[in-house]
Amino acid sequence: MATGTIQPKRWLAHPFMSAIIAASWLLLQQSLAVPQLITATVLALVLPRVLAGFLGPQVKVSSWATVVRFAGIVLWDIVVSNITVAKIVLNPAREPQPAWVPVPLDLRHPNGIALLATVITTTPGTVSCVIDEDRHEILVHALDCSDPAAMAQDIKNRYERPLREIFE
Amino acid sequence: MDTLHPLVEALISLMLLIGALFMLVGAIGLVRFGDFFMRLHAPTKATTLGVGGVLIAAMVHSWAGGRFGVPELLITLFLFITAPVSANLMAKAALHLKVPSKAGRPAGIDDGAQTQDKQG
Repeated sequence: MATGTIQPKRWLAHPFMSAIIAASWLLLQQSLAVPQLITATVLALVLPRVLAGFLGPQVKVSSWATVVRFAGIVLWDIVVSNITVAKIVLNPAREPQPAWVPVPLDLRHPNGIALLATVITTTPGTVSCVIDEDRHEILVHALDCSDPAAMAQDIKNRYERPLREIFE
Repeated sequence: MDTLHPLVEALISLMLLIGALFMLVGAIGLVRFGDFFMRLHAPTKATTLGVGGVLIAAMVHSWAGGRFGVPELLITLFLFITAPVSANLMAKAALHLKVPSKAGRPAGIDDGAQTQDKQG
């Protein structure tokens, strides 16, 4: 059993998650028929409640403008770093210099840290390997990096700062 | 369905080509890179612009064919949730097994075996 604070069992304790579950179900079914709407509602109400012990406290998003800006930054970086990594792969003379990059975290929200690790992995060229919640550090493996300290600072500025604005 | 506007067809073909190109690059990387941790980078490439390009092509094709809805976005969502988790688990397992890495062994992870045991 989870040992943390016990979540009160409430309906709709995670409205955002409920909305995503309902939308996912309707998209999967490709239908807005009444039976599907009923199923979507039941799933959206029951699933977050059943999973409440794993979810932690409800996320309070403090700035939706930052969410949109952050999504833009991430999408742009995915395209740019895809091209960077493609150049490394396709150039036979270019031998990539892999490096371990420890990224110290100021972000404390567990969901925020999970999202940061996900974004680091989704951006080509970096994979989050170890998320050390005791030492507040993500260990990143970089495919091609000559200056780990600069890359860690870059990750903190580009991703961690907006995430702190969103979650804290 | 079989009379798409030439521009729409060109756009669909372009997105398919971009997606296929980045998947090919990911596959070449998988063959070319020297160690386990570097090969771990290949799937993150294939699942972003590779799948992204193919999904945009699929969405444009179905919109042009008159089907409304964006179920393709669900594929993106599921990939975004699952791919990093599996990459993270494989990397953790490789570090635990001390798989050799061209980047050397990360500092501060040498006691990883003990801390892992303590938690488990």
